[in-house]
Amino acid sequence: MSTPLLSVRDLHVSFKTEDGVVRAVDGLSFDLERGRTLGIVGESGSGKSVTNLTVLGLHNPMFTTVEGEILLDGRELTTARESELEKLRGNKVAMIFQDPLTALSPYYTVGRQIAEPYMKHNGASKKDAWERAVEMLGKVGIPNPRQRAKDYPHQFSGGMRQRAMIAMALVCDPDLLIADEPTTALDVTVQAQILDLLKDLQQEFGSGIIFITHDLGVIADMADDIMVMYAGGAVERGTTEEVLRSPQHPYTWGLLNSMPRLDSDPGAQLSPIPGTPPSLLNPPSGCRFHPRCTFQDRVAGTGRCTTERPAIGSGRASACHLSADQKRTIFIEEIKPRLG
Amino acid sequence: MLRFLVRRIIGAVVILFLLSIVTFVLFFGVPRDPALLMCGKTCNPDSIANIHHVLGLDKPITEQYWIFLHNLVAGSSQFAQGPCPAPCFGYSYHTNDPVWNTLMDRLPTTVSLTLGAAVCFLIVGLGTGLLAAWRRGTMVDKTATAGAMVVSSLQIYFLGPLALAILVYQTHWFDKPAYNNFTGDPLTWFTGLIIPWVVLSTIFAAQYTRMARSAMIEQLQEEHVRTARAKGMSRQYVFFRYAWRGSLIPIVTIFGIDLGSLLGGAIITEYTFGLPGLGQLAVQSVFFSDLPLLLGVMLFAATMILLFNIVVDAAYAFIDPRVRLS
Repeated sequence: MSTPLLSVRDLHVSFKTEDGVVRAVDGLSFDLERGRTLGIVGESGSGKSVTNLTVLGLHNPMFTTVEGEILLDGRELTTARESELEKLRGNKVAMIFQDPLTALSPYYTVGRQIAEPYMKHNGASKKDAWERAVEMLGKVGIPNPRQRAKDYPHQFSGGMRQRAMIAMALVCDPDLLIADEPTTALDVTVQAQILDLLKDLQQEFGSGIIFITHDLGVIADMADDIMVMYAGGAVERGTTEEVLRSPQHPYTWGLLNSMPRLDSDPGAQLSPIPGTPPSLLNPPSGCRFHPRCTFQDRVAGTGRCTTERPAIGSGRASACHLSADQKRTIFIEEIKPRLG
Repeated sequence: MLRFLVRRIIGAVVILFLLSIVTFVLFFGVPRDPALLMCGKTCNPDSIANIHHVLGLDKPITEQYWIFLHNLVAGSSQFAQGPCPAPCFGYSYHTNDPVWNTLMDRLPTTVSLTLGAAVCFLIVGLGTGLLAAWRRGTMVDKTATAGAMVVSSLQIYFLGPLALAILVYQTHWFDKPAYNNFTGDPLTWFTGLIIPWVVLSTIFAAQYTRMARSAMIEQLQEEHVRTARAKGMSRQYVFFRYAWRGSLIPIVTIFGIDLGSLLGGAIITEYTFGLPGLGQLAVQSVFFSDLPLLLGVMLFAATMILLFNIVVDAAYAFIDPRVRLS
């Protein structure tokens, strides 16, 4: 097998704050192959956005410590110089942010904002870059792109702004596209259009995509593989099929269980995961999920969940002390019936 | 844009109108008679009544106000001192000079003082603020922030005499502050104003340092700035093209207010350095119960502030397309 497009190895990211050190990412490893889509799921604060900002080197170096390896095409990024990272950003690695209204500058035209990275990375003239911006706006389905390129972001609708954002990310034909909750701020109908657009463009550009979301419905639609994150680390990974059909980790069960269903009784209560996400200033000992886990008493060996942090392998894997048999039977007998 | 300007100008005229009424009412509400100051040692009821009559103070207040408005708009030939073309504020009780001419005589001093100081504090203040934001968290930033904090809490009436004592009277490094016409001799104009400029701009510069730093730091945390970085734009580019653009809004707002009020007369500065500008005139007019001069200075100062308010609002449209296109 060739080297993966992106390979993250034992990544630790921590921030110095006034209250102490926040371990936002704590021992995370994953790979992404070319042309594939990895869905990263998790609650706010699980470290999914931080991981991806760190890939781009967009963390604040004054307050942040990064350890581990981030290899893009076999090239180490954590020790790369700022000027090298600048050449990669927007060129080899591009990012789509959650809220296109705040993520686009109000002061410059949409066309200019798309043209900027093309000028910078391809050394294109202003005129050529503008033509390219118009072309990209057409590709992402903006009607009358030549006119609309002269508009400012506030003159676009929410869905159009996100299309412009996508055009901006893809203008240099990146190998890796990181989409950080790109549809969360949009209407459901617009959301579906944007997801279709991203899939079409992936076919055309062949980029690898990291798709960050907390919406399992969106991830089922988009991702080839899924990594579930909790409190700064991966708790389960596998193909989308595997993770959604036969999830192994109590946290993933909780996520699936807390999703509202169309066919459920309108009066029925949602079943959220008990408790709140842990503080990363002072994370729980052992398995990070144990304070919220209702299955820890079934683990062989008392108190293991509170003392020993479960490891997670590569491929199809989950970070839980339950045995493989237990994971299967608990899911089939106790969780699946509740999911309907 | 044109409609906006017309609307704002009408608004400003209404405010000036109200302000003149308030000034009138306050003047007559204060138990001080300008005639007492004017008649000197030979005061008796007859001479006071005579002065009241000459100044028109024996007429009802509403009529006096009407005459004031009329003169302002149309000018007047009723004054014993001579004709008074519009905008006519009448003649000063104290000096007998036409108020408008006095204002125009004093204006160059105030304008020189203000603009020179403004150039200094913009360059020094914004420059230091930008540097502190660029090197955020370093010794440079900490020094600039602490320095700005200390200096901005100083006052002109402390710093001014201190500067005079040390730089002028002790060491004789600088000339005693004075206003000399720029057209007469640019060099003495410059040397005469250098101490007032430095003192006035030091305190403002400290305030602009703090403002520019905090505005830039706030802007640098905006998501669209992060997007620009994620596109691979360099730190300099993002700093000056993206963050600076957004920081201009609060900076221009405060600068407009500061410039307007300084042009209306930097009272304390002018007093400290003995510069004959509009600020001194304002104090003098109150001192001598000089109604025409008081009205003139008040309305002139207010006009400056209102004018720069309009300029600031118009500037928003240039800075922010969301204002321009809505």
